[in-house]
Amino acid sequence: MAEYNMHILVCGGTGCKASQSELIKTNFKTRLNEFGLADEIQVILTGCFGFCEKGPIVKILPDNTFYTQVTPEDVDEIVEEHIIKGRKVERLLYKDPETHEIVGDSKGMDFYKKQIRIALRNCGFINPENIEEYIGRDGYAALGTCLSEKTPDEVIRMIKDSGLRGRGGGGFPTGLKWELTRKSVSDQKYVVCNADEGDPGAFMDRSILEGDPHSVLESMAICGYCIGADKGLVYIRAEYPLAIERLKIAINQAREYGLLGNDILGTGFNFDIEIRYGAGAFVCGEETALIHSMEGKRGEPGVKPPFPAEKGYNGKPTNVNNVETFANIPVIINKGAEWFASIGTANSKGTKVFALAGKINNVGLIEVPMGITLREIIYDIGGGIKDGREFKAVQTGGPSGGCLTKSFLDTPIDYDNLVAAGSMMGSGGMIVLDDSDCMVAIAKFYLEFTLDESCGKCTPCRIGNKRLYEILEKITEGNGKLEDLDRLRMLSTVIKDTSLCGLGQTSPNPVLSTLDHFYDEYLAHVTTHKCLAGQCKALVNYAIDTDRCTGCTLCFRNCPVGAISGERRAPHYIDKSLCIKCGVCFEKCKFDAVLIA
Amino acid sequence: MNKIKSLADLKKLQSEVQSKIKLREKGDNPDSLIQIKVSMATCGIASGAKETMTYLIEELDHQGIDAIVTQTGCMGYCYAEPTIEVTIPGQKPVVYGFVNKTKAQEIIEKHLKFNEMVDGIIPAAYATINN
Repeated sequence: MAEYNMHILVCGGTGCKASQSELIKTNFKTRLNEFGLADEIQVILTGCFGFCEKGPIVKILPDNTFYTQVTPEDVDEIVEEHIIKGRKVERLLYKDPETHEIVGDSKGMDFYKKQIRIALRNCGFINPENIEEYIGRDGYAALGTCLSEKTPDEVIRMIKDSGLRGRGGGGFPTGLKWELTRKSVSDQKYVVCNADEGDPGAFMDRSILEGDPHSVLESMAICGYCIGADKGLVYIRAEYPLAIERLKIAINQAREYGLLGNDILGTGFNFDIEIRYGAGAFVCGEETALIHSMEGKRGEPGVKPPFPAEKGYNGKPTNVNNVETFANIPVIINKGAEWFASIGTANSKGTKVFALAGKINNVGLIEVPMGITLREIIYDIGGGIKDGREFKAVQTGGPSGGCLTKSFLDTPIDYDNLVAAGSMMGSGGMIVLDDSDCMVAIAKFYLEFTLDESCGKCTPCRIGNKRLYEILEKITEGNGKLEDLDRLRMLSTVIKDTSLCGLGQTSPNPVLSTLDHFYDEYLAHVTTHKCLAGQCKALVNYAIDTDRCTGCTLCFRNCPVGAISGERRAPHYIDKSLCIKCGVCFEKCKFDAVLIA
Repeated sequence: MNKIKSLADLKKLQSEVQSKIKLREKGDNPDSLIQIKVSMATCGIASGAKETMTYLIEELDHQGIDAIVTQTGCMGYCYAEPTIEVTIPGQKPVVYGFVNKTKAQEIIEKHLKFNEMVDGIIPAAYATINN
């Protein structure tokens, strides 16, 4: 086969695909064909590069050129300039947001400098639809080693020694979970992969499945070997069509190559994997609810114990692990437990994938070693807060987590420190908030999500959360009273203590954590009826500072309801009876003359 | 596709397919590898730079020497095309002119393998903004 002397990697993650990366790939192929270069240059659609902020990403190797925000029309220029003449297309290269210097090589980008990619090792590097590229990257070697050279107990020992903990949120030691399931005696056991990623703003698991599906399949087979299961199930939400598509291709390829099915690698070990679809209910990420949903029952959680390790799917012992947890396993087997345990902090080993979102410059997917500080994530990797505004807090752990404030910027991030700080690791969503975000409104937003997602089986969650939401609504509308704050806290505690499953036990966390860290904001809402961030419309009144107003008429021209009046070069006024508090005048004014009162 | 029957079969397939993505792995740590840049502007291509580049890629692969061969724009030595720039890790880049297949072979045999410079070096006549 002819050797390719150049590879063009086009990001095929959901984000970049939405920005026409498929067309970019087609255009590359067409143009290269026209120049007769199709045999020399390989064009590949890969998984997510993580730098979603500047997608679609095109990476050219071996010279490691990193093009950002490429459009299908840019392809001609890249081919003619870079490919044919060897001149990089400067306008498409990444520019450092602070120094404005061009950084052509991804190695030099702050975004990648502090990352260690274990779970994402192949994302943005291989073609996820080609099993051979995975095999070329040590793929299925870990499964081969386990089946031919190690006993199940030895493998479990390795996973335990590595210190790997569940990446889905709870942080339960993975090796221990496997051991418990192994010890359960039964004629049939199951391995389940939890791909029901439900936190708003989280997309770690989706990206792994889209970018490197085989790593999950390989781990599930290893897990099956360890616990004594010959059947694996991937529970994935139907709203992840691309991940499902790639997973299907991967399963078929693995079967074709004899890496799934009967007598794998001639060792007599049988293992096969099926896909089960979820309808996208948040509670189905909870393992007992997930199992019920797979059995065709209502997606409601059950009482633990018995744990799935004893009685799970169809009443048989079942080991449930999250996608990211699985993606770490082959590397631990290949590189050794000690290597893995050397990364991270005392009780949290390895790396964690985070989905950075919100008011941050570099929205995207990152994988960092445990123990990194929030400051490094937000300012070095994330490139700081959007529009130069001030950092207020970061929300981790989604609707079950809490907020970390400025005072936690230098706390090393690991499972225990986050819990101590009143939040949690969760699955890894990180939503960055700036000074224009109202914390009461944030708490209300998450509670609204929980209300929608509560399955309704137990009373504290079904009714308690509704009451919590009503109190928050009252506060944001300016009708809150001081005693409401105590009521919020008391009700939250009751819901936490009495709910059946993890959803209800954690749903008041956003309320409690914002009450703890931003009590002054709550206080301002109920005593002086002011929203400090200016977000709660009912509490906000816009007025024009007549000293500052230059009479430029910009606000007057932009007001959608004609509530602003005034002569040119003379101070303007807002008619409060007409004002709909949309905030356009506040945003448009160049002289800071519009005040929030 | 025949099924993979054993760990040995898997390892065999792995070494076969590894070459397909080796280029990408090389690109991931460019500083630790020999880098060769081939000047591929109009004059270079007209003088046979493309043939030189293909030869370099094939020969290095054939001999199992890990190196990154990339193309670059005009280096300005239009009188001496094809020109290539060879960088051994930790050393200053060296530019060779008139690199045809024979010359390329000589460079591989002497410069890349034994770090012995061969005739035909073009002395750096200018400073770049990087140094």
